[in-house]
Amino acid sequence: MPEARPRVGLFVTCLVDMMRPSIGFAAVKLLEDAGCRVEVPDTQTCCGQPAYNSGDKADAVTLARNIIAAFRGFDYVVAPSGSCAGMIVKHYPELFAEGTADHAAAVELGHRTYELVSFLTRVMKVQKVDAQFAARATYHDSCSGLRELGISAEPRQLLASVEGVSLREMTDSNVCCGFGGTFCVKYPDISDKMLEKKLKHIADTGADTLIAGDLGCLMNMAGKLKREGSAIKVRHVAEVLAGDMATPSIGEAE
Amino acid sequence: MEASAATFPANVIKALADSQLQYAMTETGPRFQTKRSVARDALPEFDALRDQSRDIKNHVLDHLDIYLERYEAKVQASGGHVHWAATAEEARAQILEICRKANARVVTKGKSMISEEIDLNHHLEANGIQPVETDLGEYLIQIRNERPSHIIAPAVHLTRDQVEADFRKAHTHLDPNRDLTEIPALVEEARTVLRQKYFEADAGVTGANFLIAETGTSIIVTNEGNGDLTQTLPKVHIVIASIEKIVPTLEDAATILRVLARSATGQDFSNYTTLSTGPRRDGDPDGPEEYHVVILDNGRSNVLGTEFQDMLRCIRCGACLNHCPVYNAVGGHAYGWVYPGPIGSVVTPALVGIENAKHLPNASTFCGRCEEVCPMRIPLPKMLRHWREKEFERHLQPASIRWGLRFWAFAAKRPKLYQFGTRIAARVLANMGHGKGRLRNVPLASGWTKYRDFPAPQGKTFQQMWKERAK
Repeated sequence: MPEARPRVGLFVTCLVDMMRPSIGFAAVKLLEDAGCRVEVPDTQTCCGQPAYNSGDKADAVTLARNIIAAFRGFDYVVAPSGSCAGMIVKHYPELFAEGTADHAAAVELGHRTYELVSFLTRVMKVQKVDAQFAARATYHDSCSGLRELGISAEPRQLLASVEGVSLREMTDSNVCCGFGGTFCVKYPDISDKMLEKKLKHIADTGADTLIAGDLGCLMNMAGKLKREGSAIKVRHVAEVLAGDMATPSIGEAE
Repeated sequence: MEASAATFPANVIKALADSQLQYAMTETGPRFQTKRSVARDALPEFDALRDQSRDIKNHVLDHLDIYLERYEAKVQASGGHVHWAATAEEARAQILEICRKANARVVTKGKSMISEEIDLNHHLEANGIQPVETDLGEYLIQIRNERPSHIIAPAVHLTRDQVEADFRKAHTHLDPNRDLTEIPALVEEARTVLRQKYFEADAGVTGANFLIAETGTSIIVTNEGNGDLTQTLPKVHIVIASIEKIVPTLEDAATILRVLARSATGQDFSNYTTLSTGPRRDGDPDGPEEYHVVILDNGRSNVLGTEFQDMLRCIRCGACLNHCPVYNAVGGHAYGWVYPGPIGSVVTPALVGIENAKHLPNASTFCGRCEEVCPMRIPLPKMLRHWREKEFERHLQPASIRWGLRFWAFAAKRPKLYQFGTRIAARVLANMGHGKGRLRNVPLASGWTKYRDFPAPQGKTFQQMWKERAK
């Protein structure tokens, strides 16, 4: 069992911070319900993944150092994103030469860093949540969470415990939605083709709600669903697990 | 055929608008994926074999000179000849010379990506020699004057209707009333034409899946048996292979063979695994009088010892293509050169120069499926990212992307400025949503809004609200 009331630093992620704070507050609720003390360092900005994936290693290094400093001393660091957590866990150590203090700090931070849902299940041993949410839902596995952090069963397990949620699997739930960070604006036509296939698989399930764990993917999928006038609601997994039905779904006003 | 990797965005538009291509691609990816998955699940030691295969090739790449020399000595001892080609041009010249000495007029060919890489067919044709591809897929693209669109399934972009039309155009002997609506009829037609060519050929060119250092053997795997006829019937057999195809022993090849077909087609083993060592010996029932091996470098040795070395482990199974959502959206020709898909986006810049292939490393979402399925555990996303680093160093990315990134990084490195900026952006964008929760157009974000609305932010940043809550 984890120590009593671990001190958790919430890495909000730049996208949630600016676009959808309700995901951050849902994460805080889930962490507090699980017995954590939550703090939010205000010097955090972005994990640096956009720079790293654009080949700009120097800026990625600077931003990584900032995050490493911001989250020093916490028992755990938790992000409501597999992509940003994956950046810290898998890629921060690659930014620094082995044997340096920076590298050691990156590895050490990586050991304390988790994506939200997998932190709840793996570290806090949460088996179910006490929440209600009416949804015939389908869950999309975001690539980084799935392949860098091995997250697949955990969100499904917790979602199944939400009163009112029924889950149905889409075909190819593990295939990329076409977001890919800057990819989706650099190659919008390819991205759209990938998205088109994804939306077909979503529609085929008959679900009224699409759930995933990364806001980038969610905005991508919601963006096209709403452009096409779809009634399918798009939600971050944290919002559903926290029972936040009051906040309008992604891309909608009410 | 010129490389067109530089015009990738235009190639993509064309590919997405090509309804035949899109139709052909719909089934292919999922079919290959399912077959691989079934084959993998049936072999408990599959992942352990991947580790062993990776280790074998890593060892070879660290001692490449030793194994290549050992291989050469063994080929010579078995009566064959080894030709070293530093460039595609040298390889073409060496093969032409061998064909000329043999007075060859017709040359049959087994499937070989290296032959595509050096554009051998056009060179032979320009010098009065008729090359005939004997792999069905390769034959189809030869009569269409196209490049392969897939490493192991070169004509995967074609539909049955297109094949029938191509046959009726190329095979002028065909009775217009002959029924070619079923695939077996098409295969029969190809077989009839090709069988004659096997007997006419004066030389046969094959690729190699492996070159064995301990024995001087070359190995090919095929499903049609065409490679066997290509290398045993003519009086001259020419193997064309690149330097990294070498493995130390037959045992090593056997290990890698166990992951090759499973990763490629989902077969436990390909229909034919054919070993050839030197020319026909006294007492052999068949085989060529001359045996030549042309070993191509073409830029590969420059990769040794760099952050890109792992790409040389590739055994060209095509699994990364089959599982790539980008490849499955646009097909192989959009990549603009010989090797498509994730491995192509890694290899092409190394062989033609990053300045001529700068889009390719960017045409990936880093979804990671390629690395997940690669039998040789090549870290493809990492290699692609290394290419992006090279591009960043050399300012090869579009100015808009570079300046956008600089602007963003400048702010993100200054938390106070960043929070100030995000507060304003969140409020402005939320207001622009006009209470609809989304925007149809966003300044400087046409790439996003071309196909999607932009979900509006909620209005305040999390940091802002968190501080308000604490008060």
